[in-house]
Amino acid sequence: MTTDGISTLLLLVGAVFFFAGTVGLLRFPDVYTRLHALAKADNLGLGFIVLGLLLQTSSPATALKLILIWLLALAASATVGFLIARRARQNGIVPWQSGDRP
Amino acid sequence: MSNLTLILSVFLLANLLVALLRVARGPTPADRLLAALLFGTTGVAILLLLSFATGSAALLDAALVFALLAAISGAAFAQRAWREEPGEATHDD
Repeated sequence: MTTDGISTLLLLVGAVFFFAGTVGLLRFPDVYTRLHALAKADNLGLGFIVLGLLLQTSSPATALKLILIWLLALAASATVGFLIARRARQNGIVPWQSGDRP
Repeated sequence: MSNLTLILSVFLLANLLVALLRVARGPTPADRLLAALLFGTTGVAILLLLSFATGSAALLDAALVFALLAAISGAAFAQRAWREEPGEATHDD
């Protein structure tokens, strides 16, 4: 398999994860489950897209910048996910359970 | 190869448009902000793909700024902006 083929495959897998994140954002029942969909699926999708683009670049500076962007997005979503979930709990939002109305 | 990156960036843009439904439906302010966070990650991916499709390196810096702003806006929202009275709807209708 050529480098181009692997890169194409990684980009497509990334797009699938982004799609899953959007579906989760629309379909999940409360704010905690939606956070779960966004924080994991989307950053995994971004990681796959960054990996796919890394195979296409030849300059080390661009490659380093791509990795830096992904690490920054990871740190951001971890921090913000924790902060929003804690604030939602303090504001009295009860987590959805499987018997509840969806 | 640049065709594929263009097509994928259009696909991710469609994802963003669909996510606007969640902004419209809410119901809590946090749900609306989650869509803003989605704009953070998906917008960054779109900028990266466009940067490779068009060969302009400046879009990489724009993506870096997007990632920073998503973190700051989410933290500011959770720490400062979202204080509300209990008892309002937390689930979809």
